[in-house]
Amino acid sequence: MTNDPNPPRLDVAAVNTGAAAEGPVQLYAAREKIHPKRAEGDFRRFKWIVMFVTLGIYYVTPWLRWNRGEFAPDQAVLIDMANRRFYFFFVEIWPQEFPYVAGLLVMAGVGLFLVTSVVGRAWCGYTCPQTVWTDLFLVVERAIEGDRNARIRLDRAPLSAGKLTKRVSKHLIWLLIAVATGGAWIFYFADAPTLFGQFVTGQAAFVAYATVAVLTATTYVFGGLMREQVCIYMCPWPRIQAAMTDADTLIVTYNDWRGEPRTRGRKRAAGLTVAGDCIDCNACVAVCPTGIDIRDGQQLECISCALCIDACDGMMDKVGRPRGLISYATLRDYNHNMALATDPETGALNPDRVRDGAGGYIQKIRHIGAGILIRPRTLIYFGIWAAIGVGMVVALGLRDRLEINVQHDRNPLFVALSDGSIRNGYTVKLLNMIPEPRVVELSVDGLAGAVMTSPDLGLSPAPRVAIQLQPDQVRSLRVFVQQPPWFLAPGNEDFQLIVRDPASGEVDIYDATFNRRDAGP
Amino acid sequence: MSDDQRRVDEISGTETTGHSWDGIEELNTPLPRWWLWTFYACIAFSAVYVVLFPAIPLVNEATQGVLGWSSRGNLSEELDEVAATNLERTELLQAVSIEDAAADPSLRAFAIAGGRAAFQVNCVQCHGSGAAGGAGYPNLNDDDWLWGGSLAQIEETLLYGIRHDQYDFTRWSEMPAFGAGILTRAEISDVAWHVLDLAGLDVDDVEAAARGATLYYDQCASCHGDIGEGMDDLGAPTLNDAIWLFGDTHADIAKQITAPRHGVMPGWQDRLGEATVRQLAIYVHGLGGGE
Repeated sequence: MTNDPNPPRLDVAAVNTGAAAEGPVQLYAAREKIHPKRAEGDFRRFKWIVMFVTLGIYYVTPWLRWNRGEFAPDQAVLIDMANRRFYFFFVEIWPQEFPYVAGLLVMAGVGLFLVTSVVGRAWCGYTCPQTVWTDLFLVVERAIEGDRNARIRLDRAPLSAGKLTKRVSKHLIWLLIAVATGGAWIFYFADAPTLFGQFVTGQAAFVAYATVAVLTATTYVFGGLMREQVCIYMCPWPRIQAAMTDADTLIVTYNDWRGEPRTRGRKRAAGLTVAGDCIDCNACVAVCPTGIDIRDGQQLECISCALCIDACDGMMDKVGRPRGLISYATLRDYNHNMALATDPETGALNPDRVRDGAGGYIQKIRHIGAGILIRPRTLIYFGIWAAIGVGMVVALGLRDRLEINVQHDRNPLFVALSDGSIRNGYTVKLLNMIPEPRVVELSVDGLAGAVMTSPDLGLSPAPRVAIQLQPDQVRSLRVFVQQPPWFLAPGNEDFQLIVRDPASGEVDIYDATFNRRDAGP
Repeated sequence: MSDDQRRVDEISGTETTGHSWDGIEELNTPLPRWWLWTFYACIAFSAVYVVLFPAIPLVNEATQGVLGWSSRGNLSEELDEVAATNLERTELLQAVSIEDAAADPSLRAFAIAGGRAAFQVNCVQCHGSGAAGGAGYPNLNDDDWLWGGSLAQIEETLLYGIRHDQYDFTRWSEMPAFGAGILTRAEISDVAWHVLDLAGLDVDDVEAAARGATLYYDQCASCHGDIGEGMDDLGAPTLNDAIWLFGDTHADIAKQITAPRHGVMPGWQDRLGEATVRQLAIYVHGLGGGE
């Protein structure tokens, strides 16, 4: 610790203070460009890791292979629109199994509620693609144009060869990242190596190029140009967050109770006044990617990225004060601490009321406790989330991979044959939901003397037929069930159409009806 | 509007609109300027769109747009594309024998789809929407065929019809009206009892049936066969089965012997063309009765 009591003050103001709008109110305001300063610290490190992991998942996933045998694609994650199949490692989803995907989306939604109720807008601050790609674009920007002050200088500098070089190379690299981002997206929808080859040789489908073009444009515009404007003006989540957080939610908080009154300069140095820990250095404002001053309290613009915590902690280390002037804190703890620090007579904040005289704070001050996790709201969210998850895992484990669906002919209801038999027609769909060909057995059960024929199979009448199924395909067959005259009875009768895989023992049963002439009057 | 209540909010530093509901005031935060440009861009887009595409509704029709696009034109283009793809399969369907066409899975699916559509337009009037027929109109689902139920025979029937004098190839047969001086009423009744016996139906008058047997051999067996097995080439119905076009009672049969009714089916070669007829034949054969 250098213990410099008075670090230089950064020349920066929050972009959302109305102070800029002096004079008559304008209907439209020009954007104030933000030049976020690089932050260093635990949260920044954590965000680097999150960025590395999330981008890694996004770019690498389509290239992962998963062997499903010769009859199914070997891409681990594949959304095969043309064949209506969705592959996720060992799981294969058919269109009618979409509730699994819907369940995942519900889980994602409830999970977002859970996380938000505990740690506020963690999604926004750490994992939202807008945040992650903006961070990535800022890395490029810093590498080429320098950190905050250098960028401000460059912005103000007249156009020169050097400035032009920096600008062009920055935008080129952004565009490259944007193309890679859009490019990675399409690989989720087709075999990645094949599509890559087609894409670079100009043989891919038009929709592939269009998708890449659109996603390149949105990535470049949102991550490079619009940045915080997306969060503030386009995203609905900041508006919803108020309903998701409560007094026990961790929020990036400026702890007025130890920071105010903020002072700097000679008076502070001389110890002439009551001085909070805030040295008014503006480090928290300079690093903020949305350009706000966290000391103004919770704001719509705050994406909870916690970089101001890193910036402030660094400063506190420098001036020899404990970390945590800006910290994750719940509103309940904050109010408790504020009450302790407020002079009941004057109503003014006096941080000396909570200092223990040894450089720390009195025992009564509350910090983050385990209580933020265990409360009805989080338990209910977690309960719903876990119930859906367990339900889906169980359903996934028990689901059928061999199915029979039957449509009974309604016109005519039955046909009388020349030998006096009665015949009913059915459209039988056999679903072989594994990527292996197999021979299954279709049989009628519970209808005396009944035999089946099928114009699609060219079989002689039999109560049980073997049917070849292609891997991962539905086979639709016209099946006629006929009952000879000596077994006929008046009225309809229920029976079963059964499909069975003799090799695996899988069975699926359809409860069918056989129509016959009603009893005479 | 209560402009006079405008004031600068001390927390945000932004001016209010002067609107206040239950003490909640509305800030007059200026919109970002890029938002304004987005709005102008949308207006510019709509101006271009209105010029290029049908847009403004007038009294009788909307403005057409300089590109000449229309949803109806779009549809007919798509239909043309479908017709072009179908043309190829239509040619293939006719290039092979009907048996081979029916055995080929993709041609079979194509033929059945086209045949179903053609059937619903041209055939349901007599044979019914489920092809179950009715009195005098054969059921096409069953396994009893007056003129043969193989693919080729069904196709022949469809092409030239039955007793349809427009076509030279039409098949023709006529059962004599035995009531017009050939047999007496009593003899006709005896033959009818014998026919019921052939079909295995209940015979009330066994002696009459025995008398009818001789008459049947003399008068009927040449077309309907010794045991009533019928004859496809002559369209002579099988009599020893459970399917009866004009009814299976003694009175129904006696009536048919006395003054036979003959069904007439039009040929479809000229009206539908041979490709559609082939589709129909494969479809009808697949209804379940094909031989």
